[in-house]
Amino acid sequence: MSRLASVNELRYYPDIPFYDKQLRVVLRNCGHINPENLEEYIAMDGYAALGHVLTEMTPEQVIDEIKRSGLRGRGGAGFSTGRKWETSRRASGYPKFIIANGDEGDPGAFMDRSVMEGDPHAVLEGLAIAAYAVGSDQGYIYVRAEYPLAVERLQLAIEQARELGLLGTNILGSKFSFDIKIKRGAGAFVCGESTALMASIEGKRGMPRSRPPQSAEKGLFGKPTVLNNVETLANVPQIILKGADWFRSMGTPDSPGTKVFALTGKVRNTGLVEVPMGITLRELVFDIGGGIIGDKQFKAAQTGGPSGGCVFTGHLGLKMDFDSLAEVGSMMGSGGLVIMDEDTCMVDVARFFSAFNEDESCGKCSTCRIGTQRLHEILERICAGKGEPSDLETLEILGHLMQKATLCGLGETAPNPVLSTMRYFRDEYEAHILEKRCPAKVCKALIHYRVVAANCTGCMVCARRCPARAITGEKRAVHEIHQELCIKCGACHEACKFQAIAIE
Amino acid sequence: MAVSSPHDQPTLQEILDKYSQEEGALIPVLQEVQATYGYLSKEAMRAIGKALHLSPAQVYSVATFYAQFHTRPSGKHIIRVCRGTACHVRGSDQILAVLEKRLGLQAGGTTPDLQFTLETVACIGACGLAPTMVISEETYGHMTIDKVQRLLKDLGVQAEE
Repeated sequence: MSRLASVNELRYYPDIPFYDKQLRVVLRNCGHINPENLEEYIAMDGYAALGHVLTEMTPEQVIDEIKRSGLRGRGGAGFSTGRKWETSRRASGYPKFIIANGDEGDPGAFMDRSVMEGDPHAVLEGLAIAAYAVGSDQGYIYVRAEYPLAVERLQLAIEQARELGLLGTNILGSKFSFDIKIKRGAGAFVCGESTALMASIEGKRGMPRSRPPQSAEKGLFGKPTVLNNVETLANVPQIILKGADWFRSMGTPDSPGTKVFALTGKVRNTGLVEVPMGITLRELVFDIGGGIIGDKQFKAAQTGGPSGGCVFTGHLGLKMDFDSLAEVGSMMGSGGLVIMDEDTCMVDVARFFSAFNEDESCGKCSTCRIGTQRLHEILERICAGKGEPSDLETLEILGHLMQKATLCGLGETAPNPVLSTMRYFRDEYEAHILEKRCPAKVCKALIHYRVVAANCTGCMVCARRCPARAITGEKRAVHEIHQELCIKCGACHEACKFQAIAIE
Repeated sequence: MAVSSPHDQPTLQEILDKYSQEEGALIPVLQEVQATYGYLSKEAMRAIGKALHLSPAQVYSVATFYAQFHTRPSGKHIIRVCRGTACHVRGSDQILAVLEKRLGLQAGGTTPDLQFTLETVACIGACGLAPTMVISEETYGHMTIDKVQRLLKDLGVQAEE
C-alpha cells in the first residue's frame, strides 16, 4: 500500500463510533495537550476564566452563574455546586478552606485520575475560581495514594502557576490571594466521605463524624470548609467562559452538562467516555461501547461503585442522569459503569461488594461495622452453596436497617449492591440457595472443571499450565483433572484450544 | 535513635525536621519514613510520636488504619493484584488464586526469604486494562493466567515439581 493511500484511509473522530457520540468538556484537553506544559493549557483558553472572574465579576456573580448553570457535584450525591458555594460564602470564620476531592475510591472509576494527570491546570483553575467565590485563600487537593503520577503532575502545575502569578499573593494583580497544597491519601475508601477526608488531612484516622455542624461552618481544623470533586471543578472554568446557558444546552433540565463515565467490564471498547447527561444506557453500551465481547448477552450494568447498584436489560432505555438512576435503586456515584454479561454471577458481584464494604468500613458505628460483616457472611454462605431460604429475608431486613441507621454515606449505601441485585436477579439467588447451582458458572464451590474426553487431543498444554499440578495424562491420551488438587483458577480452560475443558 | 537509614536517603531526623511546622503532619511523615525504610518499625513510630507530640498509640492507630502502611518488612518485589470491579468481572480472583498457589502465600503475606509480598489493592484506576496487577510500581494490564506464570518465571519463581 502506498503512503498516500494510507493517508486517505485516515479515520477522524466522527468516523469512530466510540468518539462520535462523545462530547468532551471535562476531558477536552486530556491527551491533546502536554499536561506538564503551562503554555499549552493557556493556548486552550487556560486561566482566561480565572482572569475574567478576578477582573470583571464579584464573588456573588460567580456563584450566581454557577447556580444558574445547574452544575451538580460529580462526586456522587449530585448536590448543587452553586448552593454549596453560597452557604460557604455566608459562613463566618477565618481562614476558610477549600478542598478538591481527588480521593477517587470507587473501584471502576478513573475519570478524576485522568483529569489530574492529563489536565492538572484545569483543576487548579477551577479550584482558584471556587476559592474566589467562597472567600478562601488556602486550598488543598486530596489525592489517592494509588495515583502517584497525578501527585507529580499537580505538584509541577502548582509550581508553574506560582511562577506566573496565577497562584500566590495578589493573583493577576488583583486583591485575591490563594495557594494550594497537595495532600496524599494513604489508602482508605471511606476518606472520600467529606468529614473523613478532613480528618485524614488533619493527620488522623479517616473516620467520619456526625453532623451537624456542617463542614461549611466547622470543617478542616475546625474552620469553614468547602469540598468539591475534581470533575466538578474541571467544569467550572468552561461555565465561566461560555456561560450558564451554554452549559444548560447540554444534558437534561435537572442534570445539565456532561458526565464522564468509566466504561469497563465485558464491553468491547473500554475507557473514559464523556457524554451529555441523559444519554441512554443502550447508547453507552452498544454504540460507544461496541457491544459485549464475543457477542454474548448483556446482563447488567453496575453503576456508582460499592455504593451503587445494578440495573438489568429492562433498563437499557434508561436515561443516565442523577435522578433516573436513583429512581431504579442505583446511583450515578462517580460514574463507574461496569458492564456484565451472561458469564457474570450477580450473587458473586453482591458478595464482592459486600467484602469490599466490610474491609473499608471504618468501624466507628456498629450498624455499619457489624452490618457489613453480616451481609458478607450471608453472601459468602450463599455462594458456597450453603444458603438457606430465610437468608433472602434477612438480607432485606438488614439492608433496609443499614440504610436508615448508619453514620455516613458508606454504611447507608453499602447494602445497595445487595438489594439491587436481589431486586432484579432474584432467580439467581434462588438457584444458589434452593438448587445449589451457579447459573453463570462462577461461584467456585458450585462448579468443577472436567476434561471433555471427545475433544481432548492429549497435547499436554493444560497439564503444563496448571499451577496446582492437578492435571495428569500421557501424550496423545485423554487427560484427567484431580478435583482434590484443583484450585479452580481456570488456567486449563484458558489454555485449551480444543474446547476440551468444560465448566460444570 | 537506633534506626539507621539506607545510603543517600534522608534520615528519620531530617524527615521529622522537614515537617515539624506543618499542621496534620503525621500521615506525610509516615509516608516518607516508609518510603525510606520500607516499613514502619516500632522504633520509628515511637520516634515519630515523640517528635510530633503524639502518643505511640496515636501513631500506631493511624498507621494501621490506612492500607498503604506496613508495620512489618515487606518483600523485595511487591505484587499487587487489583481487586476492583472491572478486574473482578474479568477474572482477577483467578489471577490471585494462581499467585497465592505459586508463591505459597495468602494475600497480605511475604515469603520467608523476603523476596515477594503479595497484596490486593481496591482499584488502581486502570480499569480499561482489566484485569491488572502491579509489580513494584510497574503496571501490567490485560492479564491472563499464562501471562502471570510467565511474569513469575521472569522473576525467578520456579514451578514446583
